[in-house]
This record gives sequence, C-alpha cells and structure tokens, in this order.
Amino acid sequence: MRLLEHELLALRKDLIEMWKLVNSQVINATEAIMSFNQDIAQKVVVRERKVDAFELKIDSACEHILALYHPLANDLRFVLAVMKINSNLERIADFAYGISKIMIAHPSIIIDAEVISDSRFNLMSKELVKMLNQALESFDSEMTDKASSIFFEDTLIDEINNQAPEIITHYLQLNPDRIFDCLQLIGIFRKMERIGDHCSNIAEEIIFYIEAKVIKHSQQDNDDQS
Amino acid sequence: MITIEAKNVNCYFGDFHVLKNISFDVDKNNVVALIGPSGCGKSTFLRLFNRMNDHMEGVKIGGEILIDNMNIYDTSVCVEDLRKKVGMVFNMPNPFPKSIFENIAFGLKIKGYRDKAFIENRVVELLEMVSLWNEVKSKLKKPASVLNLGQQQRLCLARALSVEPEILLMDEPSAMLDPISTAKIEEIIHELKPFYTIVIVTHSMHQAARISDKTAFFNLGELVEFDTTTTIFTNPKNLITQNYITGRYG
Repeated sequence: MRLLEHELLALRKDLIEMWKLVNSQVINATEAIMSFNQDIAQKVVVRERKVDAFELKIDSACEHILALYHPLANDLRFVLAVMKINSNLERIADFAYGISKIMIAHPSIIIDAEVISDSRFNLMSKELVKMLNQALESFDSEMTDKASSIFFEDTLIDEINNQAPEIITHYLQLNPDRIFDCLQLIGIFRKMERIGDHCSNIAEEIIFYIEAKVIKHSQQDNDDQS
Repeated sequence: MITIEAKNVNCYFGDFHVLKNISFDVDKNNVVALIGPSGCGKSTFLRLFNRMNDHMEGVKIGGEILIDNMNIYDTSVCVEDLRKKVGMVFNMPNPFPKSIFENIAFGLKIKGYRDKAFIENRVVELLEMVSLWNEVKSKLKKPASVLNLGQQQRLCLARALSVEPEILLMDEPSAMLDPISTAKIEEIIHELKPFYTIVIVTHSMHQAARISDKTAFFNLGELVEFDTTTTIFTNPKNLITQNYITGRYG
C-alpha cells in the first residue's frame, strides 16, 4: 500500500471516531434536557475538550497530507471534504456543549413535559441523531443516497424550530412565571436547528467527495424559489 | 481554432505497435500536457508533430496529422520548413558547442536574417523572453557550457523560439532541473501561451495541472482520456486515469 493510502486510512479512522464522539455528545445533550440530568450534561462538557483535540489532530493530518503528498482527484476531494466535515462536526459539538452548559448554569430550570411534547423537541432530537448517523454511514460506505436524504430531513428540523416559538408563547400565556425557562428553551431550539444546518453542510461535502458535485447553495436556491 | 489535429494515428516501430488509433486535437494558443507511464507512447506521439520519428528504424506511421489543415506527412511537405514552424525543446538541455550569443544567432541566421544589428537586438529580446538576459548579459561570448542546466534549458528554449515557430513541443523540459529552474520554465510557458501553441510531455502531475489547459493521458499506446486539465485532475472519468494520477497505477 502506498504511503498516501496509509495516511488517508488513518485520517478516515480518526474522522469516524470523532464523528461517533460528536454523535454521543448530541445524544447526551438532548437527553440531559429531556431528563433534567445534570450528570449527563456534565459528561458532555468534559468531553468537549476531546472533540477539540480531535479537530486539531484532523486539521493537522490534512495539512500534512496536502503538504507532503499533494493528493489529486478523489484523494484530493477526500482530504478537502474531511477538512470541512471536521470543522462542521466541531461546531455541532459546540452546540451540544452550549445546550449542556444551559443545564449546568441553571440547575433550577424546569421545562414542562407538555411544552417539550407539543413543540416536538423529542422528534427533533431523534431526527438530528438520525441525520448524523446517516451522514456517517454515507461517508463510510461512499454511497450518497443517505447523504442526499439529509437535506429533506433538515427541512423538518427547520419546520419544528419555526413552530416552536408559537407553541412556547402559548405556554407562556398560561404560565407567565416561566418566562426565563422558556427563553432558555427557545435558545436550545435555535442551537438544535443549527446542528441540522451543519448536518446538511456535511452531506454536501460527502456528495462532493463521492460524486465530485458541488451542490453547496443549490439547496438554498431551491428554498428561495419555493 | 484547431492548430493540430491527429486523425486515427497509428505508429509502429517494426512489429511493435507504439500508438494505437489516436485522434486528438489542440486549439491555437492552448497548452496541452501529455501524461502517462514510461513507455506509453507520449513522447513518440509528441515527436510525430515535427516528424522527429522519421529516421527511427522500422517506423511506420498511419492516419493523418494536420497542422493548420495541412497533412504534415504529405510528400510535398518540406521537413525543414515544418521544423521551423514546430519548434522543440528536449529533456536534456542540448546547447550547441558555441557561445551563448551564437546559440541564438544561429537560429536567426537559419531563418534568413543577415542584418547584424537586427540579430543583436533579437538575441537580447529572446534572452529576455526566457528570463535569461540579466544572468548572461556580461558573458554572451562565453561558451553555453558555462551555464548551469536550468540556464542551458532556457537558452535552448530561446534558440527554439529564434526561428519563430507557431507550435512548441516540449519533451519533459524540466526533467533535469532543480525546483527553481523548473518554476522559471513554467513561468515562461505561461508567458509564451498567448503567442504559441504548446504541447508538453511531463511526468510531473502537478506541473501538468499548473501549466496546461488540457491534459491527455496515454497508457500502453492508447489515448485513454483527453479533457480539460481541471477535469482530469479533480474528476477523471476513466478509472485507469484516476489510478495513474493518484499513484495507484501498476
């Protein structure tokens, strides 16, 4: 096996490991919210440093490969895609960290099960984890069908996020003393919506890597037209 | 506008089928890179354009090669005139055993120029074109052999340009050169592009990617893929091309 192939395999392995870690960060962060579990939130905060370390390691490996091996064609697309996926995964982990920090900073926060249910928070959490897993499977198997479906799933995330303020406002009208808790919840929805956006960015990079197609911004254009 | 057109070109050295049914065209003022593993036929193909293979033992050439719509293998074609129109630079610098000045003046004299002042001015212009003037202006009467390899190669390029070709063939022009001289050759190719059509054979994938508009990948005497350089180096259509440029070939 060529030296470059060794380097690319090691890079792939590191990225997949980081991906799994980021998946678990998102699972734990949303679980911490739903179960008001400070311990789980704390676990996310502690592991954030590990995610940051992965990001630096992968960035450094990409720079090393570009500088020493000058990859071309599919190898070049792979390295470029890994650099961008790495950055998107790190941002996703940042949002999971941010969600967990809300739980830790405000231990007395109480979010009513009713508003969680009505705003489809649970569904949003499950969809985000599903999107991250689909992206990982698509990257690992080099098949783009699962990556392509992420764009559609992100529209559901956007829809849930767009409807959440109305549901929370209605809840607030009935429970005006919970204004602080509800503001935090809107912040959490916003962070989760951003995670969905980063999943879409990752899907774009996977399609670029596998099919050499640049679809960046075309989703935005489609949305604008519709 | 097409400058070079190869139609179903076959070439044999004795029984060995070196080039197999190659069709290929080059637009005016384009730089085209020929890449492929050693022995794939890319240099043989390059040398067909100024009939450098004519004297190879047992050579047989089939098909047509047109330059500006003229079949260069037609019996009426004067090979000397063809080679004035189609200049060539080789991988090993091969200056004449003459002074630096005379290496270039020689080409001008072949072209028919006799006016001494004109020749002197033109020598300076050509040395400037290949970024050599400042390095050699104080030693024009010295033998070309005093120059380093990179300088010799640029001198040979100036000599090739002295007969005012329209097409320049380059067979691994920087194969023997250090990275600085290689970069200079690449800069010169970039500067010559508006005035010449250039076909270059190179083993450096990155050189091909940097300097050419189109790239042709040869393998075992066949033209496997010919496309824009961007396509060849980012998204080749043929798996053999991809394997070759990513180093997985063989």
